[in-house]
Amino acid sequence: MLYLFYLLAAVSILSAVTVVAARSPITSVIALIVCFLSIAGHYILLNAQFLAMVHVIVYTGAILILMLFVIMLLNMNQLVEQRKPLLVRIAAVATGGLFFLVLLAATHQGLSVAPAHFDAGIGLVHTIGTVLFRDYLVPFEVSSVLFLAAMAGAMVLAKKDGTEHVNLPPSSEPGQNA
Amino acid sequence: MENVITAIRVVPLGHYFFLCFLLFAIGMAGALLRRNILIVIMCLELMLNSVNLLLVALSAFLGDTGGQVFVFFIMLVAAAEVTVGLAILVQLKRNTDGVDINQLNRLKW
Repeated sequence: MLYLFYLLAAVSILSAVTVVAARSPITSVIALIVCFLSIAGHYILLNAQFLAMVHVIVYTGAILILMLFVIMLLNMNQLVEQRKPLLVRIAAVATGGLFFLVLLAATHQGLSVAPAHFDAGIGLVHTIGTVLFRDYLVPFEVSSVLFLAAMAGAMVLAKKDGTEHVNLPPSSEPGQNA
Repeated sequence: MENVITAIRVVPLGHYFFLCFLLFAIGMAGALLRRNILIVIMCLELMLNSVNLLLVALSAFLGDTGGQVFVFFIMLVAAAEVTVGLAILVQLKRNTDGVDINQLNRLKW
């Protein structure tokens, strides 16, 4: 069982590095799908069956497919991305590495929690649904308002309206970019 | 079912800390490293997911369902965030003919 964890961890870390390092956005999205599927495997290993299903449906099924659609609709695979200067790249990697070291140093002692009162049915739909609709009912309802706002905001942002093209130079007409 | 349950007793919690911190650091370095706005959004998703994994691990180790409900809410917020982020990406591509975040640096002034 420990080897299964190591296998899943290696897959998630390698695919996460691929997301950052890949040249083409399509490769990045595919690597991110692999990474999220391995994280769903971690959820199943941790007895969170409901969250594993929701994770696969929401992330892999909706968000990443939406990103693939955007890449294909905007022809982003043909764009050449300019790289940042070497100093900025070194600083970015150093920032990530140092942040990792700080987090490890902050938690390397005193956080060894023993699974004392362990409950196997904690990730089942029944348990999560009971807690969700008993203790977290108001945040659940508020999140529907958030979704409504996000939906309206996305439509307003992505809409082509006639007034905005007046302020733009003729070279940035959307018909010529496609 | 029974041998799945024993997995939590076998894998120490420190391993999950290490994995989640590494994923978060990779996402953070990627968000600073790349100039394509879509890659930056994907790195944000990676960071959100590393935090989710840590919450689920702690929830399983502590025997508390509240952590998993929080992960559920984080997923909801991430879905809304990606929707708005991709709409901004489409508008950026339409207005500047590129997806470079350096096109947006006029927001600084």
